[in-house]
Amino acid sequence: MDENAVTISLTVNGTEHELDVEPRTVLLGALRDLGYTGANVGCDTGRCGACTVRVDDVTIKSCLRFAVQADGAAIETVEGLAEDGELSTLQEQFQEHHGLQCGYCTPGMLMSADTYLRDAEDPSRAEIRDALEGNLCRCTGYHNIVDAVESTAEELARGEQR
Amino acid sequence: MSEGDSASGAFGAAIERDEDVPLLTGEGIYTDDVSLPGTTHLAIKRSGIPHGRILNVDTSEAEAMDGVIAVYTGEDVEESGVPNTIPTAWDLPGLVQPQYRMLAVDAVRHEGDAVAAVVAETAHQARDALEGVRVEYEELEAYADPVEAVEKDVSPVHEEAEDNVAFDFELGDAAAVTEAFAAADRVATVDLRQPRLIPNAMEPRAALADFNDTTGKLRLWMTSQNPHLHRMLLSAGTLGLPENKIQVIAPEVGGGFGSKIYHYPDEAVTSWCSMQLGRPVRWRATREEGYLTDCHGRDHVTTAEIAVDDDGTVRGVRVETHAGLGAHLSQFGTATPSYLYATIMSGQYAIPAIHCRVIGAFTTTTPVDAYRGAGRTEGIYVIERLMDVAARELGLDPVEFRRRNQIDPDEFPFETAAALVYDSGDYESTMDVALEHIGYDDLRERQAALREEGRYLGIGVANFVESAGLSPSGLAGQLGAAAGGWESSIVRFDSTGTLRVLVGTADQGQGHRTTFAQIAADELGVSMDDIEVVEGDTDRIPQGMGTYGSRSASVGGGAIARAARAVREKAREIAAHQLEASPDDLEFEDGEFRVAGAPDRSLHVQTIAHEAYLGHDLPEDVDPGLEETNFYDPENFTYPFGTHVAVVEVDPQTGDVEIRQYVGVDDCGEIINPLIVEGQVHGGIAQGIGAALFEAAAYDEEAHLQTRRMDEYAVPHATMLPDYGTETTVTPSPHNPLGVKGVGESATIAAAPTVVSAVVDALEPLGVDHLDMPITPASVWQATRGEH
Repeated sequence: MDENAVTISLTVNGTEHELDVEPRTVLLGALRDLGYTGANVGCDTGRCGACTVRVDDVTIKSCLRFAVQADGAAIETVEGLAEDGELSTLQEQFQEHHGLQCGYCTPGMLMSADTYLRDAEDPSRAEIRDALEGNLCRCTGYHNIVDAVESTAEELARGEQR
Repeated sequence: MSEGDSASGAFGAAIERDEDVPLLTGEGIYTDDVSLPGTTHLAIKRSGIPHGRILNVDTSEAEAMDGVIAVYTGEDVEESGVPNTIPTAWDLPGLVQPQYRMLAVDAVRHEGDAVAAVVAETAHQARDALEGVRVEYEELEAYADPVEAVEKDVSPVHEEAEDNVAFDFELGDAAAVTEAFAAADRVATVDLRQPRLIPNAMEPRAALADFNDTTGKLRLWMTSQNPHLHRMLLSAGTLGLPENKIQVIAPEVGGGFGSKIYHYPDEAVTSWCSMQLGRPVRWRATREEGYLTDCHGRDHVTTAEIAVDDDGTVRGVRVETHAGLGAHLSQFGTATPSYLYATIMSGQYAIPAIHCRVIGAFTTTTPVDAYRGAGRTEGIYVIERLMDVAARELGLDPVEFRRRNQIDPDEFPFETAAALVYDSGDYESTMDVALEHIGYDDLRERQAALREEGRYLGIGVANFVESAGLSPSGLAGQLGAAAGGWESSIVRFDSTGTLRVLVGTADQGQGHRTTFAQIAADELGVSMDDIEVVEGDTDRIPQGMGTYGSRSASVGGGAIARAARAVREKAREIAAHQLEASPDDLEFEDGEFRVAGAPDRSLHVQTIAHEAYLGHDLPEDVDPGLEETNFYDPENFTYPFGTHVAVVEVDPQTGDVEIRQYVGVDDCGEIINPLIVEGQVHGGIAQGIGAALFEAAAYDEEAHLQTRRMDEYAVPHATMLPDYGTETTVTPSPHNPLGVKGVGESATIAAAPTVVSAVVDALEPLGVDHLDMPITPASVWQATRGEH
């Protein structure tokens, strides 16, 4: 650690952490050093989306933001999606529709889809594809991911009606 | 399906994957997620120039930098006395095999060549110190084109191959082809290029090496499709450690598509550094490093000719290809463009005479090796382009022309003129399923109507067959392979009745833990919940060959089934003894051995497992324990096949290609899990469409890679790909223990020629008869203006 280290605090999935980081450490690196290894390093250039997390309710690519920029922020990662060991509807639908293979893009894909589904009403498949454009997957060809997101939207709409 | 009398219904069921939950919750452990105390970090100095002599490497500045523990050069590795040779795994007649070292010593031969290794306390420090490694070069001529490499007078990549020819390979009967061409009514020709592709597994290659000075043992976590092959190559090729002192662990692996088969310098350097320092060493490729060093695929320049009669009969095929191998021979870099390519040139058709020549050329570029569909993709692309070109030459509908030449179901086993014996197939029926699904005849009418309106709809149909599960070992050996074609499994009951399936394949997303458990559940009548499939650790699974070439379900699954059947037979002996019946009088169903005619006298196989480990009451000639090992060496490849159809609309004004509909009908023999088969087909289609329309690794005139980042190489996004329609037909492999053929590569093989065919079909009225991949708006625009 160099002498320029900065002490910051990050609240990750509701747990507060205080940590020393180099100014050049990206948020992704800081999260992984804290043990949140769900978000993955894929491209180092903000292209693949495997590192997607939510910072103060907005999805970002955590390889493009310095950890010091997130000082004091509330961060949500894939580790926070399941509650008390119960998969979220979106996670369940990914499993049911075989929306993942190697799983490396999945944490980022889930975070993007989860955020999108907060506001999306009855999205079309084309709209879902647009929403996931920032997340690359090399295994699935996307079809089953779109299925999973589409059926989650339907499930959530049914849930709200009830 | 499985022989005999057991069925729990697991085989063939669309069971959700067991492996998903950890991957969905962020709990999955990939190589870069493993942590060890005291880990140091490795960064590798790349040449940065495509070709040059190394005059001097000065590490002093780097050594003095913050946190740097050690800086090593190629000389240091040489002086350490390790064998330092990354081996080729497939010999060919006349093959030139220059030494491929872990770190370069005399020269650099592509931009990604490793020149020095920096180990530091943090990853940042290691990377910073790369700037402090000063290398002086005498730059040499660089070139990326395989034809230029062998035909022009250039300074060779290796002194051992002055003309840059690594091999000059021939397959088939040249005289018979000459005769066929002379006798045929017409000859059609196509010149084509199949560009370099970068596999782009989402997880970059990574390694964590931990050498223990006291025990002399190396533990190596790495992104591997074949940990046992890596163990063997690291032992015999680079590090010289005894094989039993190396443990290779491939935890979750984030995609491979071929790129994680190979022994690259980097993982060996990581290990070697740990051996020098006695501390754990971690390395992870940046994406740019991956693009410079992960083996690329394809890179073919081909002239292909087809001889046909006016009645639509194919009489012969002649192919000449320059295959770029890159700067070094990767393990299967020689086999991929030779035996895996030329042998599939008959496609689905009865072609009496075939000849194929392949010139393997060194170029100052990233090494080329197998990428999903390896060799078969390139070969099927050639024959399917020829079928389209010939159909047009004859004025026949491309489907009708194909139909006239397809091998009939009653002709199997079918020996082709390209040296393969296809095991089984029903090509025409499967093609008809695809045509029916998409409504081919109506589409042709619609196409004609749209053409009247000045719109360009194209319908592409491609047929494929694939040689999957390279085998048998003996034949592979005769052809030059340095490894076998078998797979190994141990099926082991624990004493309380739970079951473990150990197998030498290694998953990178294919869902082995689920499909292999389905096989074992089916064979032994044990609940899926009681089965654990173990892969990816050479200390837990004694032997294996790994996952590549669509082999895991057919060869790995075959080994599991055979081991499970042997377990069942031993259990039958014990059951018969304890039930006081003859083994022949026992029926086996849902895990229960029952005395025929006395159904209340029964024992469950899991109870017998307990008895087997107690050993209190066993037949005299039966040893305690209940586990069996099987090495399954198939008697032949399996031959999956199918037909894919794409409908595209092309706008000649903008050059845009829109895929309106895509249907893939695949026959992979018996299906273990339809959900997973569909997933493999989807992903394969995506990579094939990527190749057809978007992807290529581009080099400039001086062999600098231009596509170095993910925003420069077009890995397709969700918006660039369509929904896929899929269906399956089932033609079992007659020689596989499960009737399985494999499906990992099929759709990639099918999709590229399908999409190219569709675009070219759309542009027929404009006189376009072929377009090279990737077909971009620019290439369409030029072609429709007669500039192709």
